[in-house]
Amino acid sequence: MTLVLAQSVEEAGGGRYRALAFRRMVLILCLVAALFLSVAVDMALGPANYALSDVLKALFQPASVDDQLRVVIWDIRMPIALMAVTVGASLSVAGAQMQTILANPLASPFTLGISAAASFGAALGLVGGVAIFPVAVHYMVPINAFLMAMVAALFIHFASTMRGVTVETIVLLGIALVFTFNALLSLLEYLASEQALAAVVFWTMGSLTKATWVKVWVTAAILVFAVPLFARRAWALTALRLGDDKAASFGINVRGLRLETMMLVSLLAAIPVSFVGTIGFIGLVGPHIARMLVGEDQRFFLPASLVCGALLLSVTSVVSKTIIPGAILPIGVITALVGVPFFFVLIFSNRRRSW
Amino acid sequence: MVSLALKGLGAKYGKHVVLSGVDTDVLAGGVITAVIGPNAAGKSTLFKRIAGLTSGPGTVYLSDTDKGPETICYMPQDTGANAVLTVYESILLAAKQGSSWKVHDRDLTDIDRVLRALRIDDLAFRGLGELSGGQRQLVSIAQALVRKPEVLLMDEPTSALDLFRQIEVLGFMKTLASRSGMAVLIALHDLNHALRYCDNTIVIAGGKMAASGPTADVITQGMLRDIYRVEARIEACSHGKPLVIVDNSII
Repeated sequence: MTLVLAQSVEEAGGGRYRALAFRRMVLILCLVAALFLSVAVDMALGPANYALSDVLKALFQPASVDDQLRVVIWDIRMPIALMAVTVGASLSVAGAQMQTILANPLASPFTLGISAAASFGAALGLVGGVAIFPVAVHYMVPINAFLMAMVAALFIHFASTMRGVTVETIVLLGIALVFTFNALLSLLEYLASEQALAAVVFWTMGSLTKATWVKVWVTAAILVFAVPLFARRAWALTALRLGDDKAASFGINVRGLRLETMMLVSLLAAIPVSFVGTIGFIGLVGPHIARMLVGEDQRFFLPASLVCGALLLSVTSVVSKTIIPGAILPIGVITALVGVPFFFVLIFSNRRRSW
Repeated sequence: MVSLALKGLGAKYGKHVVLSGVDTDVLAGGVITAVIGPNAAGKSTLFKRIAGLTSGPGTVYLSDTDKGPETICYMPQDTGANAVLTVYESILLAAKQGSSWKVHDRDLTDIDRVLRALRIDDLAFRGLGELSGGQRQLVSIAQALVRKPEVLLMDEPTSALDLFRQIEVLGFMKTLASRSGMAVLIALHDLNHALRYCDNTIVIAGGKMAASGPTADVITQGMLRDIYRVEARIEACSHGKPLVIVDNSII
């Protein structure tokens, strides 16, 4: 073996690495472009369909379009379209980091019981009129859902701080939470009036139609808070996927990193679910699609997960409006129907390992 | 050149003491020290304690008092975790911990140099999940070397390598230690490798240090009987070098 050989970066692996990194950046930019297109199409579709050029004019030259178009685009459709983006992005980033810190491909807000807890919280308000936080009765359902989601997330969080608890135990605890909250939800549904039962069923299907600018800003604010923190720890989070011992040997405080990430992930998962209901597929599959496209270097994986989740939910929003013209189907129902075929194509066309 | 000494070193997991009383003379830079002992004797725990990854009594003294634990690099045994990363990315990851996102040309030059030195540059853009156990072990060594440590603790780095690669890696580490002044501690099970490549040896058994000193003085017939429970002879090979020949296990 020889210790040193002179060779330029371009000649050796460095050049190939730079090319790989460049390809990944281009891929992420393409996803962002697709997301912009999807959001524009989402805003063009509805009970009254507009041409894409009209939508773009309303967005970039609002003074040049008539009042009706401006109001429909800015006040009605844009909050819904952007809610799809922020919720999809939040759930996907939450799923990506759950899968990273728990080293488990099945980890997501849905599979760890956070969505089930939120559904139970919402059902408490819809069926029993119970406001867990009575000051804000007007926002009873989303606040109930948020608080229950946080209870589940904090349970997972504190369980993970206990000595001797492994990542496998955390996943098992999450699955136990899913069953527990689903059982409690079924009990409430059994006791509910017909009207309340319909409301609970509709809520658990997930819907963007109640999106408001306030909800969009709150969801976006959590993203803007959490994503830069994840980005700052990109090297450390990537190293976690090499195993705890290896990560610790790189000087990473593995326990601290895992706890801090779990706290941020809890917020990222709980808030969107409390606003739009159960949307199960994005948090699980968004990160897997990103992983297949750009690998697990968090400098690429984090933005790719964010954009994949946003794009997936935005496209789903478009599809939910086009299946039955004039009607908007619940987005939670359509998500998997849109995402699964695409996911299958990626799995079967990707011959490299994706976990 | 950094050297280190261990004084009264021990380790605990919760209240359970798993290692105690490790005292050594100065472990000099520029040479390899073997850490040997039966399975579950506490070799990995000793390394983790030296690297500051577990708590316990005692002190690790570094000759250069300005240098902290960051100069010590622990290379753990491979756990088989399969991240969706190329070999190149996994080594970059080791080099860039605690740094900014930006990858400089010098980072890439360092990686290329280590890959070539270990003769695994042909693996650079293979996925970690596509590698054999031995190849993964070579990648782990590359991840440790790219961090340019002054004290390197290698936990069974040759356990999955074929005989050719074992000799190649240990020979390379001996040359690297002597050229760079790095202090290298290697946990080994092959005592003939310890005799051939390691100047000093520490014996760990039952969570305690059983012996330490020059390798030829430590690996003796008596030590093999008491620690490993085998009847063995230390004989000179045709080149005059000591060789462990095992006759029987002692039941």
